[in-house]
Amino acid sequence: MKLYLKIWRQKDADSKGQMVDYELNGVEGDMSFLEMLDVLNEKLINEDKEPVEFDHDCREGICGACSLMINGEPHGPDRLVTTCQLHMRKFKDGDTIVIEPFRATAFPVIKDLIVDRSSFDRIQQAGGYISVNTSGNTVDANAIPIEKENADDSFYAAACIGCGACVAACKNASAMLFTSAKVSQFALLPQGRVEATERVLNMVRQMDLEGFGNCTNTGACEVECPKGISLENIARMNREYLQASMKG
Amino acid sequence: MGILDSKVPSGPLAEKWTKHKNDINLVNPANKRNIDIIVVGTGLAGGAAAATLAELGYNVKTFCYQDSPRRAHSIAAQGGINASKNYQGDGDSDYRLFYDTIKGGDYRSREANVYRLAEVSGNIIDQCVAQGVPFAREYGGLLDNRSFGGVLVSRTFYAKGQTGQQLLLGCYAAMNRQINRGKIKAYNRHEMLDLVLVDGKARGIIARNLVTGNIERHAAHAVVLATGGYGNVFFLSTNAMGSNVMAAWRAHRRGAFFANPCFTQIHPTCIPVSGDHQSKLTLMSESLRNDGRIWVPKRLEDAQAIREGKLKPTQLKEEDRDYYLERRYPAFGNLVPRDVASRAAKERCDAGFGVNKTGEAVYLDFEAAIMRYGKEKALTSGLKDPDKDTIRQLGEEVIEAKYGNLFQMYEKIVDQNPYKTPMMIYPAVHYTMGGLWVDYNLQTTVPGCYCAGEANFSDHGANRLGASALMQGLADGYFVLPYTIGDYLADDIRTGPIPTDTPEFEKAENDTRERLQKLMQAGGKHSVDYYHKKLGKIMWNKCGMSRNEKELKEAIQEIAELREDFWKNVKVPGSIDSKNEELEKAGRVADFLELGELFAKDALLRNESCGGHFREEYQTKEGEALRDDKNFKYVAAWEYKGKPSDAVLHKEDLVYENIELKTRSYK
Ligand SMILES: Cc1cc2nc3c(=O)[nH]c(=O)nc-3n(C[C@H](O)[C@H](O)[C@H](O)COP(=O)(O)OP(=O)(O)OC[C@H]3O[C@@H](n4cnc5c(N)ncnc54)[C@H](O)[C@@H]3O)c2cc1C
Ligand code: SF4
Ligand code: FES
Repeated sequence: MKLYLKIWRQKDADSKGQMVDYELNGVEGDMSFLEMLDVLNEKLINEDKEPVEFDHDCREGICGACSLMINGEPHGPDRLVTTCQLHMRKFKDGDTIVIEPFRATAFPVIKDLIVDRSSFDRIQQAGGYISVNTSGNTVDANAIPIEKENADDSFYAAACIGCGACVAACKNASAMLFTSAKVSQFALLPQGRVEATERVLNMVRQMDLEGFGNCTNTGACEVECPKGISLENIARMNREYLQASMKG
Repeated sequence: MGILDSKVPSGPLAEKWTKHKNDINLVNPANKRNIDIIVVGTGLAGGAAAATLAELGYNVKTFCYQDSPRRAHSIAAQGGINASKNYQGDGDSDYRLFYDTIKGGDYRSREANVYRLAEVSGNIIDQCVAQGVPFAREYGGLLDNRSFGGVLVSRTFYAKGQTGQQLLLGCYAAMNRQINRGKIKAYNRHEMLDLVLVDGKARGIIARNLVTGNIERHAAHAVVLATGGYGNVFFLSTNAMGSNVMAAWRAHRRGAFFANPCFTQIHPTCIPVSGDHQSKLTLMSESLRNDGRIWVPKRLEDAQAIREGKLKPTQLKEEDRDYYLERRYPAFGNLVPRDVASRAAKERCDAGFGVNKTGEAVYLDFEAAIMRYGKEKALTSGLKDPDKDTIRQLGEEVIEAKYGNLFQMYEKIVDQNPYKTPMMIYPAVHYTMGGLWVDYNLQTTVPGCYCAGEANFSDHGANRLGASALMQGLADGYFVLPYTIGDYLADDIRTGPIPTDTPEFEKAENDTRERLQKLMQAGGKHSVDYYHKKLGKIMWNKCGMSRNEKELKEAIQEIAELREDFWKNVKVPGSIDSKNEELEKAGRVADFLELGELFAKDALLRNESCGGHFREEYQTKEGEALRDDKNFKYVAAWEYKGKPSDAVLHKEDLVYENIELKTRSYK
């Protein structure tokens, strides 16, 4: 198939960016979206032009590196997949595809389609852990039985890949879905309860400091999240936060 | 041979590690505050090491090329992690895990290291649970297990098909705790380009800030490399796109010996190649072999009809199918080790029984499992005389609960529904057992340079068993390296900070700049990928699942020529002093072009078949690997001398005091 691509090009953080048009022939349905961009880049290199830069690594939907707004949707039109798992059979010959970076104040553009998501790291550094030593003086793993349901829910929250699609999807650029998934993962386990109060206060404070917007419950984040992280996590975090604030 | 002292402590196998820990030097907590350690790599091995070293009191700097430590390639591990907990009461023990690992590795690993690995494995699970890793549980609230290939017990802990992700998030959380305390400084989007030696000791690295392009000097009292495997030398592999050999290779160029480069694992169950545009291959976890049965048609005409689309696999009767693993290896069946399963698939496809367009695929079929689970579920749900469709539906639900994410991944990529028609799979490069040579303390042949995780050669011999890489990474990082490194650092308590304004750093930085310049200024004919793909083809065709003298010699020649062409004609757009992915790739491919040749040379020298290394000249009448313990019971460690053709071989003889060497049999 032949595609008409409109891609955001930006030299670096300080430069102004713009949309640039490209035509691309020979795209096959079996290609992933990123493989389609590989083909474009090979062509650009052969024409002595600079290739388009985008974040990617595992290319199987788990590392959370890939991003991209594709025709206005984070990770494109398919549901429950990341951009690297999106296949070109979802498009048809002659389509125009608009490709932009994830946009948010807290995600400044580094180059072309690459953004800086280190704000997510700092939220986790603020409290996204259980304070146990790693040198091995712990109790036997089966000494703490955990209800299967809670263990499973904790797992579903922990499945977040930190991609930032929730922020990009939100008109307020809120990071509530991400932060709440991180808070829930620990809040649901007995090991995580000990520090629960401090954790939620610190992580929410950092989230606000980073310049993410407020949550107005539109639910766009849940729809676009490639890992199906549920809005229930936000409700849980709000409860945790309320309780913690009353204590604190 | 004097240099290759493995430093294995004396005494009985089961007491070596405890005794060693008691014997080695310690650094007192106050002095640790004056010691800096660089950890390159934040996967399970590097992340775990960084967190524990910081917790012990050292000042740690971490480096990774991704934008966050959490994205290291360990995140992609699917199936699980082994530990000899014996929670299932099926007779597991440290000794059995040790024995399985040595046997699985085809008797090419070091006894003492492997025993230590088994010994600390249980502790890993305790540790991870304490950190909040949400492993799968049974209804009673206790931890669940599954089985992997090459073993007869159930010792694999897992978190659905995302075990690596959950373990790495545990490590990353432990790192975050130390970052928050100021004990770890994380340099993300930084790539190590050289190792700096001062007076023969590793004292720092040269790194490039991948965002600004700045070349930076970083000093420390010791350097830990935990930079993962080099499977991408084949271009197509299950590794992440950025996985590379650069850090290990630059250390090799500075004096660290590279061990067993030709020991590579080809994983039997991956999604087959679909076309020339393919950028990577996707694994379908080994756990699927718990329930999937592997087959090809019995008759060549049927295979051909399937390839031409005239016949569907579901139309083929039971008696017309060849479940070749169950036929050849009745004791282990579909759960034979990876090397055995991969070769058997290749053998059938080479004989003309392949089932996709290119003839390079076999079936992994869940029909029997779906019906078996469905019947069981119908019974336990009290359904009387359920029809076939109901049983099927119930069975599909059970399979979905177990492997849902893998089935979804398959469907997205292949566009076929694996609940209704068997999966098509083919072997692909997955893991590298070879790596930097290390002694029992995980120290390389460069004093002060340590190596952990997939990047070292240590524990898996010629073939790694499933779910053992995660175990090794965490064992190295949490429990081994933080102690053994103290023995070395005890001499450094009075050294003081290592300055970076010395001739050694100056020279290393200049060398690095020159190399980058040279890449930028090459002829500009072909892209980096052009060369990488060419190298991959040579590696796969001539150094892949089966190897022979003639082709290995050709490979050595062809890779050397390709390398020369690369340095003359590669085209790298953009500039050095900005974000430039093509330049990053060029640096990695340049190293692969050297490693590839050494790989072929190592394979050529090893005149035997063992584990993943199969030399066509050395096989039994039934086509099984023929090992030669008399001549090859050693680790081949290569010393850098310029061109790979000049590399000098050193041998570490493997001594088996506790295990009797046997022909590996899974029949
Ligand atoms: C798809 C897949 C599934 C797997 N499933 C399993 C499984 O179920 N069970 C199991 O036991 N094993 C599994 N494995 C193997 C296992 O995941 C790996 O062997 C293991 O995670 C490697 O960990 P590591 O810490 O050594 O390296 P990695 O996790 O690869 O980390 C390497 C680190 O080094 C950094 N790095 C590399 N080069 C440089 C450089 N030059 N400068 C700076 N930083 C650098 C990277 O940024 C990264 O942080 C699987 C592997 C794959 C590919
Ligand atoms: S919550 Fe979903 S969309 Fe947001 S970072 Fe996590 S995985 Fe991505
Ligand atoms: S590249 Fe890893 S999730 Fe897409």
